[in-house]
Amino acid sequence: MRERFLSGYNDFVLPFMIGMVFILSYCLVGMIRIILQLPKDDRKKFFLSLVTPSIILKNIKDIFLDCLIHVKLWKRNKLLGYMHSSIAFGWFMLIVIGHIEVFLYTPNRAKLFYYPIFFRYFVAETEHTMKGAFFFFLMDFFLLVVLSGIVLAMIKRLRSRFFGMRRTTNPSFLDLVGLYSLWAIFPLRLLAEGFTADISGGSFLTKSLNWVFHSFLGDHVNMLPTWWAYSCALGVFFIVLPFTRYMHIPTEILLIPLRNVGLTIRNARKGFAKAQVYSCPNCGLCIDACPMGVLKANIRDTTVYLNRQIRRNNEARIEEISDKCLLCGKCSVVCQVGIHGDQLRIAQRSIRKYNISPDYSNIDEKVLLNGCNKFVKQPNSNVLLSDSEKVMYFAGCMTALTPSIRKSLLSLLDKAGVDYEMMDRDGGLCCGRPMWMAGRFDQARQMVEKNSAIIRDSGANVLLLSCPICYKIFKERYHLEGIEVIHHTEYLERLVRQGRLDVMKSGTSFVYHDPCELGRGCGVYEQPRSVISGLGKLVEARSSGPESICCGGSLGSLTLGFDKRKMMTENALENLTAENPDVIVTACPLCLNTFDRYADRPVKDIAEVLDNQTTKK
Amino acid sequence: MMDFGFRISPSSAVNMDDVDFELFERLCEIEPDARKCMACGSCSATCPASAFSGMSLRKVLHCLQRGKEKEAVRMLRNCMLCGKCTMVCPRGINTRHLILSICKIYKED
Repeated sequence: MRERFLSGYNDFVLPFMIGMVFILSYCLVGMIRIILQLPKDDRKKFFLSLVTPSIILKNIKDIFLDCLIHVKLWKRNKLLGYMHSSIAFGWFMLIVIGHIEVFLYTPNRAKLFYYPIFFRYFVAETEHTMKGAFFFFLMDFFLLVVLSGIVLAMIKRLRSRFFGMRRTTNPSFLDLVGLYSLWAIFPLRLLAEGFTADISGGSFLTKSLNWVFHSFLGDHVNMLPTWWAYSCALGVFFIVLPFTRYMHIPTEILLIPLRNVGLTIRNARKGFAKAQVYSCPNCGLCIDACPMGVLKANIRDTTVYLNRQIRRNNEARIEEISDKCLLCGKCSVVCQVGIHGDQLRIAQRSIRKYNISPDYSNIDEKVLLNGCNKFVKQPNSNVLLSDSEKVMYFAGCMTALTPSIRKSLLSLLDKAGVDYEMMDRDGGLCCGRPMWMAGRFDQARQMVEKNSAIIRDSGANVLLLSCPICYKIFKERYHLEGIEVIHHTEYLERLVRQGRLDVMKSGTSFVYHDPCELGRGCGVYEQPRSVISGLGKLVEARSSGPESICCGGSLGSLTLGFDKRKMMTENALENLTAENPDVIVTACPLCLNTFDRYADRPVKDIAEVLDNQTTKK
Repeated sequence: MMDFGFRISPSSAVNMDDVDFELFERLCEIEPDARKCMACGSCSATCPASAFSGMSLRKVLHCLQRGKEKEAVRMLRNCMLCGKCTMVCPRGINTRHLILSICKIYKED
């Protein structure tokens, strides 16, 4: 290859250079700000991770697979996966190969920033292009890949149903500017390289285009305007990028290392939360996932719109969106980037100001303990009788309102001969999870401490829970060393597996509803299914497991009233009864209560159905 | 009120003309449900905090409607926001949000 211009410069590179310098400095400042906003210990962990080989490898692998190839999206939706990876990976390869060309053919220009981007304008093809043919082919091939992605993107904007998406996000004005400039970049590049192909050389795409042009536009004067247009499209895209959804491209590269350190949201708007908000690509997968979406008015309260409002600092809307959410966590499961919509909302709730702060210091845990310390040799001493299994059953507030669960579970424990005691037979404290979900962490922590003291002093070594809401906070926030925290689905599965319960199989068909806090919250999916398949025929709901639909009764939502929840419950019921099961089985007192109100068939807790089909050993 | 010159117990009479309802009106603007309560007492019967502080949402609303804010706040201070009252309310009042709104509008003193 030979250079066409001694200076190696033309004015048309300016729009690109201005955009590039702007976006690079913006990203650099943004990155430094986010890292400085992290709490001190988190920041230290983050810096340490950057020099730990195993995490470095994981970071590189995740960035490559998530940002460029979009593996998660491929697994979910092949067409969407192809669309995103063709644009991202194709563009990445164009940049990489462009740099390789410069290093090979004009190494003296390698320090020029714009040279790899506009390489074809500045060089002329000479005889020995054997290697050039190889790279030119690759360049054209990847340009074709990107263009195919752009065509799909245009179809998606017109008809999202074609991609299996019922609804997609409404782009803001600047999003549209970014979108159109992004769409323009690659066709313009094709045009520009097509005009230049007879001088600089090209391959199947650009060369053939050049022949077409020459038949009616046989003039090199057309060359420069297309290069100008290409550069301008790049420049506009880079300049609007920080204010559009495309900011997710650079931010995700920061989010992945932060996530791999295992950080959690500690500040509602700064640091890790900010990285999550800016990483949202506005793909809109969370819109179809959201159980509130059955009411059309709620579409604008999904996580993608929360992220947008946080970026705009629209406090009124942030409050509305974060208070309405059921916190079922489904948007976090479907999110390709790993944005935790539920945690983000709880963080927003935690910065509310209240004039009245509940305080539980007047509650004497000793009194509560006296009712349930049968495992302790002498009252209030920590000497255990023996090291056999001693189960403390904490029913929780919600189970207190569904006494059938409590009764069945106690009957099962009797049948299996378990040594147990009830912690809140005559009422006890709340576990703290509802308060935590309302964002009032200090109050929740007080409850956690009180309950922990009771459990530790009771002498039990297993804490049995029948409510997934309690289970989640007991697993996450309680520090009960030496005490096994277990949900009744897991415990019943263990009893059946160990042969401590005699189960009779019947011909009834059951469908199992995964409660949000048990499934997505704690990852318990298999044990309840294994218990139910021993009782009768187990059928699956249309969407189940991590993608099960919230019953609509969740305590997570602060503002949704009964009337608004009804449609969500009916939608969830319709999903559950797709295979027409005889009985709906769930493992959460709140789901049971909610479904029972509108279901056309019996709704039972797993303990109830098991108790009905179990005899005393 | 009749004055005999002595009393057996402290008077619990409330002179409604002296009560400032500004805060209650503000509460009702955010929570129209506050007026929906028919004082059935289901919330009080299920409340786990009532054992510790005599918390009763029925009484809280009752007190607020009569300007006895101090008493209401004292009861509210043991609310654990567990949501049992929401589940049993026959009027479908979103009690948890009502309680949070009271915590925002009224002051501790």
